[in-house]
Formats: sequence, C-alpha cells, structure tokens
Amino acid sequence: MIAASTLNTLEYDPDLCIGCAMCVVVCPHAVFAMNDRVARFARPDDCMECGACQLNCPTAAITVNAGVGCASAMMFAALRGKKQSAATCG
Amino acid sequence: MPDPRALHIRSTTSKLTLADRWDHILARVGWRRNGHRVAPGLYQLGRPSHDSPVFVTANYTLSFDALRSALSGIDGYLLVLDTNGINVWCAAGKGSFGTDELVHRIEASRLRDTVRHRKLIVPQLGAPGVAAHLVKKRSGFKVEYGPVLAADLPEYLQTRKATPQMRQVHFPLGDRAVLIPVELRSVLVLVAIAVFGLRLVIADAPAISDATFLAAVLAGTVAFPILLPWLPTRDFSSKGFILGGVVALAFVAASLWNPTRPALWLQAVDALTLVLIASSITAFLALNFTGSTTFTSRSGVRREMFSYIPVMAWMAGVGVASGVALYFV
Repeated sequence: MIAASTLNTLEYDPDLCIGCAMCVVVCPHAVFAMNDRVARFARPDDCMECGACQLNCPTAAITVNAGVGCASAMMFAALRGKKQSAATCG
Repeated sequence: MPDPRALHIRSTTSKLTLADRWDHILARVGWRRNGHRVAPGLYQLGRPSHDSPVFVTANYTLSFDALRSALSGIDGYLLVLDTNGINVWCAAGKGSFGTDELVHRIEASRLRDTVRHRKLIVPQLGAPGVAAHLVKKRSGFKVEYGPVLAADLPEYLQTRKATPQMRQVHFPLGDRAVLIPVELRSVLVLVAIAVFGLRLVIADAPAISDATFLAAVLAGTVAFPILLPWLPTRDFSSKGFILGGVVALAFVAASLWNPTRPALWLQAVDALTLVLIASSITAFLALNFTGSTTFTSRSGVRREMFSYIPVMAWMAGVGVASGVALYFV
C-alpha cells in the first residue's frame, strides 16, 4: 500500500491494479493518471475523499476513508451525537 | 417498439419554461429546500428509438433540467433516480444516487424492454455512489461515466470520450457566487437573534459594533465565496480570520476619526474587541463554507476544526469579555 499524501486517507496498492483506468475516469481532481498499464498517483494532495475511485475499483486496490468535507455537517453530527451521514443535507 | 404508455414512460422536452426558471430561482435562494423534485422513472426526450442513449440523473429539478436542456436536439431516454430531491453529487456521497437505486430503477422502469443496447451514461459525479462493475453484474447494463457537466454532453456524444478538462471539477466565480443567497439565508436567523440579544443585554451598545458584526457576517457569507481563491493561506478558517480582521480594522480606522472613548487605551480596547469578535465570526462562517465547495476532504476539514474552533472560541470569548468590561468603565 502506498499512502497518497499526509493530507488525506487515500491509499493505493499498485500490485492489485489491472489497468482498467476507472480511477482516472471517476476522479474529479485528476489524482490518478495511467502509467503504461497501471495507475499511478498524479496529484495525491488534491484528493477530497469522495470515494469514487475506491467504489469503482474492481480489484479493491484503492482505499480511502470516504466522507463529505463539510464542517457544519460534522458539528451537527457532534451536537446530536450521531454519525455524520445521519446529519448531512442529503 | 413497445407502446411508451404501456411502459409508463413519461415525456419531457429540452425547453425550460418560465415556471422551470422560477423554480430554479427558488431553489437558489433555498426556498423549500427539499421541494424541488421531479417524479423518478424513465422519460423520453424527443423521439428516441430502441438504440437511443440512456442518461441517468437525480430527481432534483436543477439536475434534471440541466440534463434535458443540454440535450437539445438529441433523442434519448432519461432515467431519473429517486434521490429525495438532492443533486447528483451530494446524493452520490450519501449513497441515495447509488448502485442499489440504479439497479432498482432499471428493473422498475423495465428499461430492458425499452432499449436494445445495454449501456447507461451516468454523470461522473455519480461515481461516489455507483460501482460500475457491480451495476453490470447485477443488471447487465454497462455504466459509462459521462462528463462532470451536462453542458459537455453534446461534445461527449460525438466521441463517447470525455476530455481531461471535462473530467475535472472546477469552482469558478459564477459557481461560487450562485451559492451566496443560500449562505446568507442560513445565517439570517442567527444574525437576528444575535443583534436582538445584544440589544437586550446592552441597550445602548455603540452602533459601530452592530455595523462591524454585520459586516463580519457579510464578509463570511458574501465576500468569502467570491474571494476564496485569492485569500492567502490554505485553511478556510485562517482565510476567514484574515478577511474578518481586515473588515474589522476598516471599521476601527473609521472610528478613529470620531473617537467615542475619553482615553486612548480605552479606544484601543474597543478596537481589539471589534477585531477579536468580528474575525472569529467571519472565520466560523468561512469554516462552514467548506461543505459548499468542490474540493474539501473530510480529514482536512476535521483537522481544521480541531485546530481552529478552540481559537475562534477563545477569541470570541475574550472579545465579548472585554466588550462587557468596557461597558462598565
């Protein structure tokens, strides 16, 4: 496993990569790029932990602690003693 | 081709009516936040055949309308998922725009009987909720991730390939400015309570503090979204401290022309009070803007909350204490 950046929880294991390039397709911040037949980190600091790459990687080579970077959601969650997902706008 | 009515296919057009545009305005000012919905299910646009493309979207009017208006002159089907009236990206983040709902909607709408091919064009920002390989396995439909913006679809349809530019999310001035009304609306009640509360406690509080705090709120809700990329530092809170501090200093400078205190040191404490409270108000509002942006991560925001919220609380606390103390001088 390679940790992407000190700024986020993104990790990636190139040994598991089959080169489908789905991570390159789904990432809204061009964190991944293709290196011949496998994916590599291009801009790992830009990861916003949306989780799209993890969910669409067919071999589970990518892991990230996915969530929404919303301070008010976290504050409401903390105040109500609930998990964040239970207290966000959606 | 089967009769659309037998398959419960609704019809739509790519034209936006005045009523649609009015609905968009109401959504943008946050009026009935959950009330901007279309019925989930399958829609036909133009005169589609069983080979026409199928576009997936959310049942939020702004999402549905962005898609259909971008497809002017194109025949196709729109498969609308039930996301409780939430846009594609936010709904994908919570999973309501997700694999389960997509597979269910394919079944419920009998999409298999309507089109001969087995492909779906899903917006790229739906990917945090949709696992393409699982959709294929469970429904037989291949998910093709289209561009981030519906507006890029006509170009995308020519080659069925999105350019790197189409795949990236940006946060330009227009996209930031359009959020301001909702930001303002969310603090309106708090501001009213704060001002009213201040008046209850200190009936003759100087007008300059009202004006400074109001300016700090406007700095955090109006100026901050606009100035975001140009404010120094990376963290939202520190950007907010800077912006709120500058605004407060402007009021302090103005008050120097018309001193309200008999002694210079009192004037200085007055100024410090304004700067401390105003900059912590703006910083807090700035921190709250994280959720409206297109690039903040949960671990980044959490780290920022732990390091800055105590600072904000201390600054506001000291500011309020010195303000109260001044009142008794």
